[in-house]
Amino acid sequence: MSTFVPLLFAGVALGAIYALIALGFTVVYRASRVINFAQGGLLALGAFVTSWMVLDEHLPFWAAFVCGTLLTGLLGLAFQLWVVRFAIGRPEFTIVMLTLGLASVIGGVLPTLFGNNPRSNGDVWGASSVHVGSYQFFWVQIWTIIAAIVVLLVYGAFTRFTKYGLAMRGTALDPEAATAVGIPLRRVYATTWFIAAVVACIGGVFLGGYPSTVNPTMGNIALLAFPAIILGGLDSPTGAIVGGFSIGVVQEMVQGYQPQHAAWLGNDFYLIAPYLVMILVLLVRPYGLFGSRPAERL
Amino acid sequence: MLGVAIAAVALGVPFWVDGYWRTTFAFVVIAAIGALGLDVLTGWTGQISLGHAFFLAVGAYVGGYLGAHQGLSAALWIPAAGAAAGVLGAVAGPAALRLRGLYLAIVTIGLVYIGYYVLQTWTGFSGGPGGESLPPVTFGSWNFARGVTVAGHVFTRDQCYYYLALLLLVLAMLYVRNVTRSTLGRSMVAVRDRELAAAVLGVHVARTKMRAFVISSVLAGVAGALYGSFLSFAVPGDWGLVLSIEYVVMIVVGGMASLWGPVLGALFVVGLPALLQNVSTTLTFLSNTTSGNGLSPADAAEIVYGVLLVLFLLIEPGGIVGIGRRIGRQLAGRFARAGGGAGGS
Repeated sequence: MSTFVPLLFAGVALGAIYALIALGFTVVYRASRVINFAQGGLLALGAFVTSWMVLDEHLPFWAAFVCGTLLTGLLGLAFQLWVVRFAIGRPEFTIVMLTLGLASVIGGVLPTLFGNNPRSNGDVWGASSVHVGSYQFFWVQIWTIIAAIVVLLVYGAFTRFTKYGLAMRGTALDPEAATAVGIPLRRVYATTWFIAAVVACIGGVFLGGYPSTVNPTMGNIALLAFPAIILGGLDSPTGAIVGGFSIGVVQEMVQGYQPQHAAWLGNDFYLIAPYLVMILVLLVRPYGLFGSRPAERL
Repeated sequence: MLGVAIAAVALGVPFWVDGYWRTTFAFVVIAAIGALGLDVLTGWTGQISLGHAFFLAVGAYVGGYLGAHQGLSAALWIPAAGAAAGVLGAVAGPAALRLRGLYLAIVTIGLVYIGYYVLQTWTGFSGGPGGESLPPVTFGSWNFARGVTVAGHVFTRDQCYYYLALLLLVLAMLYVRNVTRSTLGRSMVAVRDRELAAAVLGVHVARTKMRAFVISSVLAGVAGALYGSFLSFAVPGDWGLVLSIEYVVMIVVGGMASLWGPVLGALFVVGLPALLQNVSTTLTFLSNTTSGNGLSPADAAEIVYGVLLVLFLLIEPGGIVGIGRRIGRQLAGRFARAGGGAGGS
């Protein structure tokens, strides 16, 4: 039992980041029916910009965090306004490929601007930790979980109680009917991209916390979050949260227990465990656990 | 006329350029075979796959295993590599049949991850994280690694690979041309354009997708076998998602659902980094090193891919082939007008 609690805690902290990434995917998917493959790139970008403002420009961490989040959000907004907007109405394939293009550009720009070396995320917690009984918890992990819960609650309140949230839900339900009752679709799309990029940056900064670092390949974590959104169903925010936390816990548990109990599976088994869970779920429920099966007409 | 010119250029290129570009062009032709396969699946059948790197890897390692450990001739291990990739495509198929659009894209990403894990773990087969030497192509006494002498002329290693890949590419193009003009090809287009309507009209959707998946995997396997052999050494990281995305960029930039699109796309995607690398000594804004700050040729290529992907999708979804067609139509229009005027007078 002595390893179980730390593993569970690490799993929940990792799951919090997965839930944030999955929320970013879901927000865009619900409005535009596309997966934003640039989510990982935006995550890395946000982490780098924040880290750069703290380490090189000597801003206080919280100020840098807010600025980085806003800048990343604006970049997501700009991409929607200047690129994605022109492809609305075209096959979803086109928009998906556009986001792959953005991911590719970010992937080339980050090492050019900031170099290939890993760097600290510049947060205020570092490696500090708190001891509870015989267990040690890192502050950054505690704050990751708190931040994720706050973001998820704010998002929930936003969609539930505000005008734009209602517009977003309406658009997700039926874009044509939404336009017919006067919902400004363009503004809804723009909002979703802004939210997705903001959430990406928050996830990125916490992902870069101790013992991890900020590096150009950190965006790949978004690919590991895919099983989370698929598990939950692409169009369900609840599913994103449940999927995110469960995938995080599964991954940490596998990483913690598999080397002793099933060493023949090799070192990296924890990286594919989420994907195996996902494939099993999809074979039984092709639209995920909480996803809705679209009705089709000729 | 155009066909003869293309054939002459394709056959003559290895004699006109230096070793650096011979190697590059061999990689281009090998990539074109794989891109042609992806186009069958994505361009013609409309199934977005990001798992092409997995099938390339299967081809490379199965080919390498049969060639090096079993000592088979390349006349056997290249087809065997294609067959192995095809079988795995058929095994992965059932997942593909159940999933639509983006779900498929994500599951095929899973395939890449699983492939990477298997290569890292199954050290007896792939050499593990340290990498594995892959054998050169051999036909009887011909060994491509040493160059081949035919009628007193010595063909270098890269020329040998280039011509073998060119031969296989021509065969693959003929095959794909025939498939896309057959019932299967029309079924694939129907599934791509409106899956439900196709099913109602009697197209066997599952079987069509399955066949497209297998054809795509076989071509990827063959391309992977040649690619691995030409690289001569591979580590598991070579077969990652980046490779899959490069193939997607090839078919989008070249022009989807066209015979020449994947070839032009391969020329572009493989040729561009080589060009940037080549000119990086003269262009001051490109740094020659991969470490530290500055714009490395690989990063520059990545940025250019991304920008071009966006530009082509927004402005010319038909790719390079689409631009060609547009120019062709305008020229034809101009000739028709000129001809009509001459006839009238």
